[in-house]
Amino acid sequence: MYKEKTEKGHQIKIVAFFCNWCTYTAADLAGVSRIKHAPNFRVIRVMCSGRVDPQFILDAFSKGADGVLIGGCHPGDCHYIEGNYKCLRRFQLFKKVVADLGIEADRLRLEWISASEGDKVRLVINDMVSKIQKLGPLDLPAKYKSWDSEMELLEKCVREQSNEIIKEEMEVISHG
Amino acid sequence: MEKTNGQIRIGFYICHCGTNIASSVDVQKVTDFAATLPNVVVAKHYKYMCSDPGQDMIINDIKEQNLNRVVVAACSPFLHERTFRNATFQGGLNQFYFQMVNTREQNAWVHLDPLASTDKAIDLVRAAVQRVASHKPLEQKKVPIHPDVLVIGGGIAGIHAALTLGNAGKKVYLVEKEPTIGGHMAMFDKTFPTLDCAACILTPKMSAVKNHPNIKLCTYSEVEKIDGYVGNFKVTIKHKPRFIIDDLCVGCMDCVEACVYKEARFPDEFNQGLSRRKPVYMPFPQATPQLVLIDPETCIWFKSGKCKKTCVDACERKAVDLEQQARVEEVEVGSIVVATGFQPFDSKKISYYGYGNYPNVYTSLEVERLINASGPTQGVVVLRDGSHPKTIGIVHCVGSRDKNTNSWCSRVCCLYSVKLAHLLKEHTGAEIYNFYIDMRTPGKSMEEFYNRIAEEGMKFIRGRVADIYPDMSDPDHKKLIMKAEDTLIQEIIKVPVDMVVLSVGLEPRHDAQQVRRMLNISCSTEGFYIERHPKLAPVSTFTDGIFLAGCCQGPKDIPDTVAQAGAAAAEVLALIDRGFIELEPNTAFITEEECSGCKSCIHLCPYTAISFLEEKKKAFINEALCKGCGTCVAACPSGSIKQNLFDDEEIYSEIDGILNFDHISRELSYV
Repeated sequence: MYKEKTEKGHQIKIVAFFCNWCTYTAADLAGVSRIKHAPNFRVIRVMCSGRVDPQFILDAFSKGADGVLIGGCHPGDCHYIEGNYKCLRRFQLFKKVVADLGIEADRLRLEWISASEGDKVRLVINDMVSKIQKLGPLDLPAKYKSWDSEMELLEKCVREQSNEIIKEEMEVISHG
Repeated sequence: MEKTNGQIRIGFYICHCGTNIASSVDVQKVTDFAATLPNVVVAKHYKYMCSDPGQDMIINDIKEQNLNRVVVAACSPFLHERTFRNATFQGGLNQFYFQMVNTREQNAWVHLDPLASTDKAIDLVRAAVQRVASHKPLEQKKVPIHPDVLVIGGGIAGIHAALTLGNAGKKVYLVEKEPTIGGHMAMFDKTFPTLDCAACILTPKMSAVKNHPNIKLCTYSEVEKIDGYVGNFKVTIKHKPRFIIDDLCVGCMDCVEACVYKEARFPDEFNQGLSRRKPVYMPFPQATPQLVLIDPETCIWFKSGKCKKTCVDACERKAVDLEQQARVEEVEVGSIVVATGFQPFDSKKISYYGYGNYPNVYTSLEVERLINASGPTQGVVVLRDGSHPKTIGIVHCVGSRDKNTNSWCSRVCCLYSVKLAHLLKEHTGAEIYNFYIDMRTPGKSMEEFYNRIAEEGMKFIRGRVADIYPDMSDPDHKKLIMKAEDTLIQEIIKVPVDMVVLSVGLEPRHDAQQVRRMLNISCSTEGFYIERHPKLAPVSTFTDGIFLAGCCQGPKDIPDTVAQAGAAAAEVLALIDRGFIELEPNTAFITEEECSGCKSCIHLCPYTAISFLEEKKKAFINEALCKGCGTCVAACPSGSIKQNLFDDEEIYSEIDGILNFDHISRELSYV
């Protein structure tokens, strides 16, 4: 069973991009069938998983999402013939970029969920939430802040050092 | 906009949906929260936003408070987005100045913790409020509707839909894959609850279809491909070769008589293999159209190339053409009725009922043929060994309500089992046992029908049959023992019978998935096609212009099938007579000044809507061809492609809203 918060009390938040025809409909079906699942995800409806720009994913992570889920139609079932393949292609490349950024693989997920698979919505979301709970919060905005302060510190050091160098040089010049 | 000096003024409304939403989501808290958001001028909650007073509230607020954006948190947009867009329009705004928050299906109904549900609602409301601010006024594109209609499937559903449409003066293409129309209903003997014979009510309709000036009947044909969209579908129909020239054949059967096979020796599909036919045959005596066909699988000419071809010589009208090829035809239609029907459950899948092993185990469809006056035995119920059954057991729910096979109730089996019990008693005088789980007899006159038949002296035993095996005490081992627990007396009983009837359930056709893909519609987990809404749009699909009728949507009896076919026809007529449909304006377009001419988008479009303007070195999207998936928008490296309703700006503001991301404080932190 999922827990809404991690042990430290952080509420996990997943941004989900669901395609209008399959996964969004499946999430509705889960509702109609009263299939209970973790509340930690927020759905953004797009017409096709092919609409999901990798920049949306980066944007969501950088603004504090702990995970990003993309839901599309099964291969061969795309309402727009092959948008889900385009999504898959981008996803395969993009997950390498995300890994290079130090974001764990479990935080980004692509799933094919057809309009009839209300229960799969439950399985995928509960599984993803529990995995991310183990990882803990990603919280890039907080990391940005600490990186920013590191940068500031560095800058300060550099400035001080250069000031000293200048001072020394000035002394050399004045003595000279 | 003029009245508000370019200021954004948002009205926010959250619906209680009775207690559906309000019992899980704290609507007061969400309303109070929404009121604190920038640009929100009005924030209200109401019991039923979709009702007239709810909609009036929006309309009046738009006028009185000079609102220029509306957000409603209620059910799924699939249900009421149109309703609220219309209210927005009624208030005097462009209908796309509206955004909906799914608070019921994807929130209140699926989460257990009201606090978490409320938090989720708050995030999504924030997202919608931020998003709606960047909405733009859009115009819907009007698409003319081609007045012709395609009906797929020539069972009673397809027949009724085609006749209704034809009678209304619309041209209909009725495509049936079998050589004759009639479907399963043509195989039935009598129909419950009135016990009128299926042929008497069906065959007049079949001939009406055949003779209708507005219906083009394409039997032994299949829809191969469907292109286009509502109003303008391009349909490729493949006419399979009958090896008989349709226009010349009069159905005299001289060729059948002349066939080199003097004896009919191949299983007759229409009679469920209980009788034999020749390679050249008429599917059944009342087949419509009255055309014979040659089955290349059994015809010796096609198998060996050696035959005297007596059929060719026998036909005075020279209608036999052994060289005939499949013919492909392309037609244009504006709407499609899918009436592809069902297939009966394959009893062999339940091995302990012994179908296929014990000759005296029959399926209900076989019994329909056995009882039928034009069936293999002219209506005399004789077993495969020629004897007459004296005791008959009927097993209900074979391939229904069984988690090992099909979980659903097939709805018709209880009643057709009762009907078969009555008919078998009438034909044989045998003692009849019905083994049932629950007697399900919903519908007008159905319970009365059951009571009437029950009084005829049938035995009803409540219990699922666990096993069927030969009676070893019977000297010929012909009798079968039916073993079940009678759950009313809680005892295991064993009933020796001469004949077993398996009341098979209804399931999706084996090719349902293939047809679904071709049509771009959805199936439920079971494989039946999904309607747009189970109550409010029961014959529509999620694909505009495609409608459902009959058992392809789910098991149902003949009255319901006919009613649904009528409803599908009415929906089609409404579409045609209006003359046009307004499409979602979610198409993509290119902002030329930003396009670098890299051509990344061009090969991505599956509809070839994007072309390259050589003289300008810019891409160009043909709006008429664009279906609005947005794949090109996501791919454009310079961000020059925009999608109406799903623009980058709109999606980014949703992400911001969900994550409660504050650009200003973020930028301040950099300073």
